This record gives sequence, C-alpha cells and structure tokens, in this order.
Amino acid sequence: MSSRQASLPSLSLDNVAVMRGNRILLRGLSVAARAGDVIWIRGANGCGKSSLLRLVAGLLTVMSGTIHSEGRMALADENMALDANVTVEAALRFWADLDGASADARHAALTDMDLQNLVHIPVRFLSTGQRKRASIARVLASNADIWLMDEPYNGLDSASCARLDQAIIARVASGGIVLVAAHQPPSINVAHSLILDSQGVAI
Amino acid sequence: MKAFIALVAREVRLAWTGGGLWLPVVFYLAVATLFPFVTGPDKALLARTGGGILWVAALLATLLPIERLILPDRQSGVLDQLALRGWSDELVATAKIAGQIVAFALPLLLATIFGSALIGLPEAQLGTLLLGLALALPALSGLSVMIAALTAGLSGASALGGLLLVPITIPLLIFGAGTLAEDPGNAMQLLAATSLAITALSPFAAGAALRAGRT
Repeated sequence: MSSRQASLPSLSLDNVAVMRGNRILLRGLSVAARAGDVIWIRGANGCGKSSLLRLVAGLLTVMSGTIHSEGRMALADENMALDANVTVEAALRFWADLDGASADARHAALTDMDLQNLVHIPVRFLSTGQRKRASIARVLASNADIWLMDEPYNGLDSASCARLDQAIIARVASGGIVLVAAHQPPSINVAHSLILDSQGVAI
Repeated sequence: MKAFIALVAREVRLAWTGGGLWLPVVFYLAVATLFPFVTGPDKALLARTGGGILWVAALLATLLPIERLILPDRQSGVLDQLALRGWSDELVATAKIAGQIVAFALPLLLATIFGSALIGLPEAQLGTLLLGLALALPALSGLSVMIAALTAGLSGASALGGLLLVPITIPLLIFGAGTLAEDPGNAMQLLAATSLAITALSPFAAGAALRAGRT
C-alpha cells in the first residue's frame, strides 16, 4: 500500500470491451491518464459513460482488454451511499474513517461543498442538489488519487458548479486524476475529451 | 480491523433505528404469548412442547430482518463503495453476519428468558434451551444474511426467503429439538457441528451472491 501511494497515480485502459446485458458496450476503448489529467467523458445517453466509470472502479469486469491503475479511487455516481437516517456529518464520517481521512480533511470537504450549515441535518431531508454536494464531499474527504464522477453537475446550482470546478482543479494540481462523465463541458481545462458514440466506441 | 468494527457497528445501528432489532423479538414473544392459548393451561403439555415452539419461532424470526439487510445497501451504493475500497464481498458479508449476531441473536436470547416464562417451561429446561439457541443463532444470523443477499432485488423476496430457509434449517431444528430431550448431550454436539458448518459457509455463499448481484 505504501509503495502504491508513493508512486504517482496513473490509469490506462487498453483495448477494453465490456458486456452489459446482451449488448457489447465500449469496444476497443483505450485511454491513458497521468497525474494532473482531467478527462471529460461525453456521449449520448446509454453510450456507456457510467459503465466506463464503474469499469475503472473495478465494479464491472472487462470482457476483453486490460485495465491498469495506480492510486486510490473514489466514486461519486447516482447513488449517494450515505445513510439516510443519520446526520450529514455522521454519514460522511463513516466513509472518512474507513478511508483513514483526518477530521481536517472532512471539515475542508464540507466547507468546499458549502455544507457547513447542513452538517446536523439528517441526510434524508437534503434536497437533490444538497445530496449531490454531500456525495461530492464524500469524494473530496476521501483524499483519493483518482476521482470518478458521474454527472457531478446534475442538480447543482451555478455557485456549487463553480465550487466543484475549484475542487477538481485543486485535486489535479496536486497530482490527482479526475474522470468526469457529463453532458455539459466542465469550465476547466480538460486534458482529453473522450467522446463515445452510440456503440461505445471512442471517436 | 478498525474498519471492520465500524461496519459491524453500522449494522447494529441500522438494526436499532430500522426496526430490525425489535421486530424479531416482538414476533418471538408473540408466539410465546399465543401458544398457551392454543394448548390450554395444561402445564405438562406446555413443558413438553413449549421449547420446540420457541425453536420454530426463532427460526422463523430469522426471516424478518432480511429485506433491510442487503437491498438498501445495494440501492444506496454502499456495497459499491465498499468494493471500490478493496473490501471483498465475503468480508462485507462477515461484517453483516457479525452485526446480526449482535443485533438479532443476542436480543433473541434475552427474549428467550421471558418467552420461557410466558410458556411456563421448567427451569431445568431453560438452561438447555438457551445453550442450544446460543449455538444455533450464529448459523441463523449467517443464513439471514445469505438469504438476503440471494434474494435482494427479486420480487417476492420474503416468500422466496422462506423457501430457502426451511430446508437448510431442518437439521438445526431436529438437533435443536433433540437437545430438549432427557439427555441433551449428543444432540447438543450435533447441533454445534451443524451450526458451525452453516456459520462458516454462509459468508462465502453470501459473498458470492453479493458479487453476482453487482451490475
């Protein structure tokens, strides 16, 4: 583990194909990302953006090709993964403790996502945008090297979008990798823009 | 290890807040309350059959928490997040089983003291009943997590859970009821062996089911 953390994070997909149901999604996909890269994944609905992120996260198995990654990952997808009946702070602390994140990192993540006033509110009372911000704060607090974000801008107001952009910029500036699957372009410099067509082929 | 304890503590907390703690206990005590109305105030008959009824009630109480054990965590993405952090599905299942032992098995053992008083079991039998249930409850905790993992997301999960539970728990019930006989020695050993086998296998079965259910 220590040797992995010492080396710079990297991510490479080589000629990857994945099967979903009876359909082949993502065929012959190759991606390489180095520390400091932001990769914007875009494409039509159902082209395999979310599947690509789940594949990188190791939650789906590849049908062919290889995936190699260095560094800890954090995923923010449509599922918030925060317990509904506890406060925002307690729900985030559960994951932060599993990740070995410090209290400072947790508070910084709450501040970055402007959640300080909501920490004592149970997660089930959060609005859509607040839920999204809480799940992004979970990623921020994890201090992971590689962030996988599925439609992170959905439901966020413009101020929160700017906050997210700031967080992404800060993460890549300190040597992380961020994969963003989104329809609208992030208002930050992206290293690669990976466009998937309806067959899940990169164009 | 700290992370494992955190996950077990979360299971116990969810059981406490989600009704998973009280539902089996209330069900169990309800059976103990209602059974004497069926047999009438025949003390000898109650003493002979009461222990067996508590065994059946404990087995069926296993089914009550299954809907909240796996499905909510799958839907909310908690299982994905754990897998992403390198937790094996077997370890997640083991943590959930440990949580069930604390949040389901221990309360049920305590309830047995009240249940046996409601039925009017002879005091000599209470010790045997508690020991037998203490041996079987880890297996029942394992089975509840395994069945929950197998049926998560299926329609009619509860009914299917019942079908899965009955054949696997028959050996436990046979040996468990056997311990209530005059000489419980052999039955107790067989009960312990059966329970150990089921408890040891359940994290692997549940883990495989968790993996298969990940889409």
